[in-house]
Amino acid sequence: MPSVVANNLEKRYGKKKDIVQALKGVSFEVEKGELFGIIGPDGAGKTSLFRILTTLLLPDGGTASVDGLDVVKDFKAIRQRVGYMPGRFSLYQDLTIEENLEFFATIFNTTIKENYDLIKDIYSQIEPFKDRRAGKLSGGMKQKLALSCALIHKPSVLFLDEPTTGVDAVSRKEFWEMLRSLKKQGITILVSTPYMDEASLCDRVALIQNGEILSVDSPEGVIASFKHPLVAVKDSNMLQLLNELLRFEGTLDAYPFGEYHHVVLKDGYTASSLTNYLQQQWHVQPDVQTIRADIEDCFIALMKSEEIHH
Amino acid sequence: MNSTTMNTNNTAIQAEVLTKRFGDFTAVDAISFEVKKGEIFGFLGANGAGKTTAMRMLCGLSMPTSGKASVAGFDVYKQTEQIKRSIGYMSQKFSLYEDLTVKENIRFYAGIYGKSDAFIKEKTAFLLKELHLEAEAGKLVRSLPLGWKQKLAFSVAIFHEPEIVFLDEPTGGVDPVTRREFWNMIYKAAESGITIFVTTHYMDEAEYCNRVSIMVDGRIDALDTPAQLKKTFDARSMDEVFLKLARKAKRSD
Repeated sequence: MPSVVANNLEKRYGKKKDIVQALKGVSFEVEKGELFGIIGPDGAGKTSLFRILTTLLLPDGGTASVDGLDVVKDFKAIRQRVGYMPGRFSLYQDLTIEENLEFFATIFNTTIKENYDLIKDIYSQIEPFKDRRAGKLSGGMKQKLALSCALIHKPSVLFLDEPTTGVDAVSRKEFWEMLRSLKKQGITILVSTPYMDEASLCDRVALIQNGEILSVDSPEGVIASFKHPLVAVKDSNMLQLLNELLRFEGTLDAYPFGEYHHVVLKDGYTASSLTNYLQQQWHVQPDVQTIRADIEDCFIALMKSEEIHH
Repeated sequence: MNSTTMNTNNTAIQAEVLTKRFGDFTAVDAISFEVKKGEIFGFLGANGAGKTTAMRMLCGLSMPTSGKASVAGFDVYKQTEQIKRSIGYMSQKFSLYEDLTVKENIRFYAGIYGKSDAFIKEKTAFLLKELHLEAEAGKLVRSLPLGWKQKLAFSVAIFHEPEIVFLDEPTGGVDPVTRREFWNMIYKAAESGITIFVTTHYMDEAEYCNRVSIMVDGRIDALDTPAQLKKTFDARSMDEVFLKLARKAKRSD
């Protein structure tokens, strides 16, 4: 039995004239013990989806289940067994670290001692400051406390809504290391993020945009489905180079990508045909290499093909 | 650009051993750097490294404890009002009024900067056309998708034609296509002579800057072009440069 099932979920906000369709029929399944990423920009529908799955919001259409329990009918049972870390820090600022953790343990009829093993790796890092008020903690410490509180009742499924948003590259890496070690304990983890580069750290990902799932696959699977030749190009004048690339007849799409421009080529065109064009037409000798797409290339391609469909 | 400025040399921002202490905590620790006019300057650092505090001093919002700095030729101690008039500011968190329309937001900000009705009218029409927002001019900002909001917020931040615009994580959470369109707007603004001072957590965006500084524990530990930084730190990407430097940090926010 899958741990989480979403079946054609729909959610709308607003009234008659001003309706926002936050989820437009979202379906996917998450297996037990999987680390599953929901990847998409702000406004894609990630938070609505998480609130429905954690029984905090009713869907307008479709069904969903967690551990085989229905998110509408069995909401009480689901609340007993899921952990939820919302995007905004929502612990009690004027309680200490220890008081917050104790509070959440008590609500779920357990104690810190009983499930200490589960949170040990994370909680021990902030335990030396356990008498400090939550409001006085650094961002990284708050995150560790929030994660400890979401875990203290030993949930079978953990929902993390954008835990790394606004977090710097170093802290983001540390957070993902914590998730990898939690996964080893058999907890199913659903994590949402706007950072495309975090996709590669998940077992499988759902790419989401404008309330619609663009793709559900393993990171390797998403990348393998990128069918066109892709090249990276670099030259001394990058702004001018981009214009030249967009004029090439073999170019499907070209966009900046860090120190390179990425060029998606039509089938039949190659890095060398592009090099020839740049040399002959523009007399430049750029650095051109064929590369493998990454998740961001795939996301861009999927977004643009969606736009064409609509 | 801004004709009222007294700044005639080629420097947009200059900081010399600029320091800010809160009690016995040194948030910004004697930073020195210079940003040239028209430059796209990336201001990177881990959470808590002191970026926001430094930026607040440069915007004339927070008095330094010691050191010197000038922004658009104005002194950060004595001429904070002139600084505020010469700069634009935009952040991921606060940008526009959600319950005002697109047009009302533009009018409101331009009015604050004392722009004439004629100027506002003409430039608003031009701007709405540029952003393909003509049909949305009368809509509440709340109803716009995030990417559009951020592009509009940037346009509003440079509407009064400031010398320098400060962008605090302008692309956080924005989709990859819009993120690139946003950077296209930054390039255009820089080409028109506006100096760009930008923070970001996306390391690919560090590559789009002319020069990048990296703050660690209140200090600027590195400042150079992205290419030179990669050479110096023997790294393949800016991500690697950042990790090498930021891992040394002893404090977090």
